[in-house]
Amino acid sequence: VKNKPFIITKRDFLRVAGTGLGAGVAAGVMPFRPQPARAALSGTVNLVTWPNYAVQENLDSFSAKTGVKVNVIVGSSTGEFQAKMQIGSTGWDVLVANNLSVPVFKQLNLIQEIDTKRLPNFDIGSVGKRYMGPGLVEGKVCGIPKDWGTSGFVVNSEKAQAPTSWKEFFDLAMGPLSGRVIIPDEQLSAIGCALKYFGYPFGSVDAKQLADAEKLLMQVKPHLFAINTDYQPPMRNGDAWLAAAWSGDAMQLNRDNKKMVYGFGKEGNEIWGDYYMIPQDTQNPDAAYALLDFLLTPENNKKEIVFTGYASTDSRTDALLPKEILDNPIIYPPSTVPFEFNTSAAMIDAGRAEIYARFKAA
Amino acid sequence: MSMENRPRTTTALLLAPAGVIFFFLLILPSLVVLVYSFGERAPMGGYQPALTFSNYLNLPARGKAFVNTLTLAPLGTAVAALFSFPLAYFLAMRCSDRWRSTLLIMVMAPFWTSQLLRYYAWIMILGSKGIPAWLAMLGFGDIQLINTPWAVLIGAIYAYLPLMVLPIYVSLEKLDRRLLEASADLGASPWRTFRQITFPSALPGVAAGSMLVFILLMGDFVLPLFLGGGKVFFIGNALVDLFLQSRNWPFGSAVGVSLVAIMFFIVFIYMRFVLGSSGTRRVALV
Repeated sequence: VKNKPFIITKRDFLRVAGTGLGAGVAAGVMPFRPQPARAALSGTVNLVTWPNYAVQENLDSFSAKTGVKVNVIVGSSTGEFQAKMQIGSTGWDVLVANNLSVPVFKQLNLIQEIDTKRLPNFDIGSVGKRYMGPGLVEGKVCGIPKDWGTSGFVVNSEKAQAPTSWKEFFDLAMGPLSGRVIIPDEQLSAIGCALKYFGYPFGSVDAKQLADAEKLLMQVKPHLFAINTDYQPPMRNGDAWLAAAWSGDAMQLNRDNKKMVYGFGKEGNEIWGDYYMIPQDTQNPDAAYALLDFLLTPENNKKEIVFTGYASTDSRTDALLPKEILDNPIIYPPSTVPFEFNTSAAMIDAGRAEIYARFKAA
Repeated sequence: MSMENRPRTTTALLLAPAGVIFFFLLILPSLVVLVYSFGERAPMGGYQPALTFSNYLNLPARGKAFVNTLTLAPLGTAVAALFSFPLAYFLAMRCSDRWRSTLLIMVMAPFWTSQLLRYYAWIMILGSKGIPAWLAMLGFGDIQLINTPWAVLIGAIYAYLPLMVLPIYVSLEKLDRRLLEASADLGASPWRTFRQITFPSALPGVAAGSMLVFILLMGDFVLPLFLGGGKVFFIGNALVDLFLQSRNWPFGSAVGVSLVAIMFFIVFIYMRFVLGSSGTRRVALV
């Protein structure tokens, strides 16, 4: 669910700035191909992930250990990953995307089954059932959990009272906090929160419920400060006071400013996980497995968790984590908060996609 | 191979690389986009073949994006031209040779850093702690600039100004100064000389700069994203969303085809009438 349309566009822009729009589009469609694997563990492994989501130290140690160069490709949304893999010839070897995309990508034959025997440092038994479940497609391992997180909202408590529900969140946005609220630029979260206003499920694809959500979104749009996934700068700057947010961003904001408080709606909140996947047409499967195995080694996985601020799925990693992370309610929220997973149906639903596109274009 | 044929063969050979590139990277993809625009969205997103006009009939759903783009792109171009002309005039006609190259380099200097960084700087400048805070101190009250059409307009003028200044400068620099002397000798006032000699000579530069800025602005999606905060939506943003978020490629193709058609129409009208009536040679343009 951690989609970042804002950031990818920056990347796209960098391409565009150098080579012109046409070349930028071409580059988007045809990223460079990696060197083909000559022997076991050589060449390059192309790791596709979210911005600020891979620990450079881990990648450097992997390269030093194996001689395989890691090329990090930053992406913005699962939709973008899907679009690029459907076009083909991505050259991607390891992909990080959310729980919802695992069954969709597998069904579209974009990713392959993962042979856990080739991952000696991974122990499926130490992964919580709640997290391993979404990685399985028809009982086969197609995604391996990287971490999990939640969606809620961040409020600048110096400026505004924290809402206690999604209903309050939107009523504040259209009332006293008009011009100060941000909704992330991402279909699942934006429509999901709006559905919660009426008490509907996050992952609803029901036409009537979606129509209600669309009406609310259209009403709130003129009152929003921005529809933007890069909500940290305006929150830090004091331009915006309340934002629907992911736990990792909330942790980073709260770490730097204790006035930034993470809260949840009492109607329910989203829980999600990110998963490692191996694309169907990887050119360097040996290196892909080696990189996965390296990152899933508890000592290395711990560094990923500490860096990103999302919670671990592996009890062996939990055992290594410092107490302040395990006790941080932003990362590991209290069990009293209601959570639900979103649905893959919501991710691929044409109706939701079109409603969101209309909301953006309004 | 006869001697008469050789020059033609040479010409063909020399043109071949560019021709191949244009064919495979412009004409062929454009045809693909055209074909896709009559297709349907596949159930999981993407394209599936069909023959339907529904994508074109659905265009009004993106009407606001067309309106935003078709307002802010021409406006940005016009204001950029207005701001650029005096600067280009100064650089070409009034500036000492010693300063000219320094100033020209300064015009181009922003291009040496990432556009991204400059947009982030503008987010700070236009954010509540920037210009609005200064305006508030002067008693203008609480004004929001960032994430409004004004922010996008300011960003457009800033970002594209050099692309406008340089062509105008080039056309003014070529101006034969003896014409100005002759005009003065024949009794024309400075204003009349400007109106009848300087300005018409600069028009090809204004036209080239305007086309450059207008066409780039029409397709821009980064500027509205950064300075419009998702609230000022361009056709470019609609395209990014349709291809990458909602993955409705056929509708995206239809929007793309319409954008190209609109641009062709506007550029055609512009070349034909604006330049045709100015009395300048159209060859200087393209």
